[in-house]
Amino acid sequence: MKPPPFSYHAPATVAETVDMLAGLENAKILAGGQSLMPMLNMRYAQPDHVIDLNGVADLAYVNADDGEIEIGAMTRQREVEFSGDIARLCPLLAEALPHIGHRQTRNRGTVGGSLAHFDAAAEIPTVAAAQDAVLGVVGPKGEREISFADFSVGYLMTALDLDELLVSVRLPVWGAGHGSAFEEFARRHGDFAIVSAACLLEADDAGRIARAALALGGMGAAPVRADAAEAALRGESGGADIFREAAEHCRALEAHDDIHAPAAYRQHLATVLARRALERAWARATAKEGA
Amino acid sequence: MSAEAYRDSPKRLEDPELLRGRGRFIDDITLPGMLEAAFVRSPHAHAAVSGIDAEAARALPGVRAVLTRDDILPYLKSEFLVVGLPSGAYKQQRDRPALAGEEVVYVGEPVAVVIAEDRYIAEDAAQLVMVDYDILPAVADCRAALEDGAPPVHRDGADNLLAELDVGYGDVDAAFANAAHVFGDHIHMHRGGSHSIECRGAVASYDAAGDLMTLWVSSQMPHSTLRVLVDMLGRDENQMRVVTPDIGGGFGPKLVVYAEDVVLSVAAIKLGCAVKWIEDRREHFIATTQERDQYWDVEVAVDGDGRMLGIRGALVHEHGAYTARGINLPQNSAESLPGTYVLPNYRMNVKLALTNKVPVTPVRGAGHPQATFVIERLMDRIARELGLDRAEVRRRNQVPADAMPYERPLKTRGGLPVVLDSGDYGACQETVLERAGWADFPARQEAARKDGRYIGIGLANFMKGTGRGPFEAVTVRIGTSGRIHVYTGATSIGQGTKTMLAQIVAAELGGDLANVTVTTGDTAATALGIGTSNSRNAVTAGTSAHVAAGKVRDKALAIAASILDKPVEELEIVGAEVHAKDEPGRIANIKVTLAEIAHAVSGTPGYSLPGGIGAGLEATEHVILDSPTYANGAVVAEVEVDIETGGVAILNYVLAFDSGRVINAMTAAGQALGGTAHGIGNALFELMAYDENAQPLTTNLADYLLISAPEMPRVDVSFRESPTPLNPLGVKGVGENGVVPAPAAVISAIEDALSPFGLRLSKAPMSPPEILALIEAARAGS
Amino acid sequence: MAETRTVKLTVNGTPQEQEVEVRLTLADFLRHGLGLTGTHIGCEHGVCGACTVLVDGRSMRSCLMLAVQAEGSDITTVEGLAPSEGELHPLQEAFRDNHGLQCGYCTPGMLTTLTELLAENPDPSEDEVRAAISGNLCRCTGYQGIVDAALDAARRMREGTS
Repeated sequence: MKPPPFSYHAPATVAETVDMLAGLENAKILAGGQSLMPMLNMRYAQPDHVIDLNGVADLAYVNADDGEIEIGAMTRQREVEFSGDIARLCPLLAEALPHIGHRQTRNRGTVGGSLAHFDAAAEIPTVAAAQDAVLGVVGPKGEREISFADFSVGYLMTALDLDELLVSVRLPVWGAGHGSAFEEFARRHGDFAIVSAACLLEADDAGRIARAALALGGMGAAPVRADAAEAALRGESGGADIFREAAEHCRALEAHDDIHAPAAYRQHLATVLARRALERAWARATAKEGA
Repeated sequence: MSAEAYRDSPKRLEDPELLRGRGRFIDDITLPGMLEAAFVRSPHAHAAVSGIDAEAARALPGVRAVLTRDDILPYLKSEFLVVGLPSGAYKQQRDRPALAGEEVVYVGEPVAVVIAEDRYIAEDAAQLVMVDYDILPAVADCRAALEDGAPPVHRDGADNLLAELDVGYGDVDAAFANAAHVFGDHIHMHRGGSHSIECRGAVASYDAAGDLMTLWVSSQMPHSTLRVLVDMLGRDENQMRVVTPDIGGGFGPKLVVYAEDVVLSVAAIKLGCAVKWIEDRREHFIATTQERDQYWDVEVAVDGDGRMLGIRGALVHEHGAYTARGINLPQNSAESLPGTYVLPNYRMNVKLALTNKVPVTPVRGAGHPQATFVIERLMDRIARELGLDRAEVRRRNQVPADAMPYERPLKTRGGLPVVLDSGDYGACQETVLERAGWADFPARQEAARKDGRYIGIGLANFMKGTGRGPFEAVTVRIGTSGRIHVYTGATSIGQGTKTMLAQIVAAELGGDLANVTVTTGDTAATALGIGTSNSRNAVTAGTSAHVAAGKVRDKALAIAASILDKPVEELEIVGAEVHAKDEPGRIANIKVTLAEIAHAVSGTPGYSLPGGIGAGLEATEHVILDSPTYANGAVVAEVEVDIETGGVAILNYVLAFDSGRVINAMTAAGQALGGTAHGIGNALFELMAYDENAQPLTTNLADYLLISAPEMPRVDVSFRESPTPLNPLGVKGVGENGVVPAPAAVISAIEDALSPFGLRLSKAPMSPPEILALIEAARAGS
Repeated sequence: MAETRTVKLTVNGTPQEQEVEVRLTLADFLRHGLGLTGTHIGCEHGVCGACTVLVDGRSMRSCLMLAVQAEGSDITTVEGLAPSEGELHPLQEAFRDNHGLQCGYCTPGMLTTLTELLAENPDPSEDEVRAAISGNLCRCTGYQGIVDAALDAARRMREGTS
């Protein structure tokens, strides 16, 4: 299992990278390499050109301001895991991160790489779905933004054009009183989730659910928002019954079969994990209010 | 156990080099001018091969050769690896060809080999080899394979029954006719892999000047490899040497002689240079042997107190596409089914079915985990049906300690009687019950259920024939350096064999482990060897080492007596010297070194040898030990099942085993722990999935799940020591003790946790979706 | 002709410079280019952890990096852990005392990974140790000796004894 032959390119800037993407046929971008390198070694991917982003300046950062967090595409997952800003402003992402692979893969793997590879069971895309992430993209025509809702176009496929580079992800920050929770069921520590649930809740002064976001990973081609569940929650008083009722909507989400689990099992897990995430997120949302 | 508990166990000789990264594993060997190989393998489970076009591959820069069957045939006296253990039960002879000819019968079967300047280029070229396949119907399931009208696994086969045998004794039908109760079940245990972290590999080197072919191979049995090479290449032993370097785990499949070993040897001879092949993990999934798929259809007859009167049934064993070892696995299973229990009447029909899958050969446990799973499932069933405590049912059926040695009317594969030689089976069970808190578990379970938690406890006993004979070769030699060299046909695959043998030899020869070096698995150093399998090294090699070292000791003392002019009785070996024993109040200070003794008998032209007992300070032993010695033990596992997800966590795991006298408590416990992890994997994680066309679906370590540290519980290991009378050390094998009972105990615990749902579990592994489906079905039915 | 590049880096404190094929993995470069065969290859798809090395102090899979990507980095392999010929690293000593290895094939990856853990957390809990090595598969030990060794090494390193 050795990589096939390819030409290697190590651009220093985003502009240079975009030029290469425009000029090279059958090119693959190499970020942390935790997905692409296995595919090269197994020769599932046989690109003519590999464009290595690891030498590109200014793509690794965590910036927090103006009600949002911006993370550079080449920020290593372990940097995010230990970021004080992320823990404070986006605890959902902080909670999800230790579930990603293992320390060795998080030391190398990047936030942008996970989003661009776009495995439906991966944790970062699932959190991005819940957080209404906005993806910063640079292409030959300049910069543009893609909202997460528009990002998926199929299994392992994104709205990125072949000549576009993902450079950042922006996560709108929820209010200081919000509660969040990340739940996942994987066969082993660090495995891709069979199903995961990422949830954010905000309570109003009367103890009702003012705002709800619930995303499920691992179900279908991409992480999905549980719209019906969210609608069922809004304006309701939080509690075991409403969480169970809302979570039950997740059974209707599309899911796929694979060797690890049949679709019906995934749909069942979605209801269980959604309920557990809602309960924990609500406990946090309401505990903070009282504090 | 921990460093404190191990304080009396010598540290391993193997460790310092391995810890510094200075081991010498197969891929660490690099020879001048060495080329590297990549195999072209069948992507189909069954196909006719109508042609191979290797022109593009041969034309690739850096490629030295592409060899197909036609290219290697001129170098082979026989193109088949004839390795099947003898038996009268075979219905078909299915030997593997070195490279496939006109038919391929499993995904992964080697079809051609590319030899290139490096592995990268070899893989580039392998992609360019065009093989024309005409796909034929494939058989994926061993039960379906035996049905009328099943497509043949081999085109020329009339059917897929490889072998059939009946095992048993007594008047089974009468026992069933008179039984108070009869319970039946269908029980399945699934195949898995060994997955040593080091895959296989070999380096073949041909020295034309000396006409010597040397094969370094990651094998548990290099002497078998040599014999196969002698048969196939038509060369004699003096023209070939097989050597095992450090081996990164074996676990069974590395005892097999593989086609790659032969092809690589031919390539080295044909090209006149060294060639390396290192199996990659994907190849390990499709080309290295696997084990365990067995379907049992069994009934047990019991009296009103739950004592077994008889077992009868049928076993269908999946054999894979070829015979790469023999019919030993289902023989082991059928022979060991009675386990640690008294079974008055027994009959099992055993069928081995060919399938279009990689051949099946022993993986750690070798048929015993399945048999243990079956008998222990039946024990739980009896307890449940009769409303008895599961431990009590086992007590009532256990072979009592005072019945040892206990002969069963069964024969081993070699025709010897099955005699359980020693042990106190009940005592091991009581040990684990006590250490696991079996008695108060019902109260804990009830309390947990009030909190909505489903915890369960399971128990399994096991016994395992170990130390399969007839012998292992050991030479003990003291050179003129004074150092003690030990050479053996046994191989070291991680068990600490070198340390174990050094301990045994040092015990006879001065007590200094640091003065002993051990060479394992080199056919040039040991003429007649067998190798490592079946938890046999301590028993067979250990015994030969003990006897050989004793002879060298006697010789050294006799020569020393002659040199020192002292009676032998007054001498002893201390470290690397022979001393006159101190007398009370007087230090003798009379000594001669082992080096001086070795010098004295190394021979000087024209001078006679001192001591009058011949030349050299060495002895070679092949102590014959025909009968296996039976290790035994018991396990209690405690689990928690999340009834919403089907997820299982192991909360507690207690293992007690009896391998007779323990030579090194640290390495004995270590092997039991590793086996336990493997067995828990067989219960919960390891699934080698194939589709209906026998295409493997789990060919990477992200899909095929090996247990990792967070899932693994801390295991409480303890042992009893019931020395066997069958060898002078009193030792029994250790290597497979952990794996054999684990699936039985874990599945039992899950069933117990789910007892409110009234489920019965009859297979391993159990995945979360399967557990959840059973819970939901039970709920829907209630 | 295969594309090559020059890579300059430091391995176990020694500067190295070599012309390598761009597709060469870091694992193969260390093993066959530099002869540091202590780093083992077990799966080449980033699951088993046997090839783990420290890149600028961080544990990484060397099968999932290209050699050319190690340009300018400071790499520690298992060969670089022991302080001298006569002495083992406390972690290595603890592995020997606690039977943290059997066949020794996963050991280099375990040692490098745990070196990182103990550098950032000198007093880990058993669960933290198990999580730290969750990406390192072992088929021999059932992990118990490894976990015990890590905890023992942490204690020795905190107390300055070995």
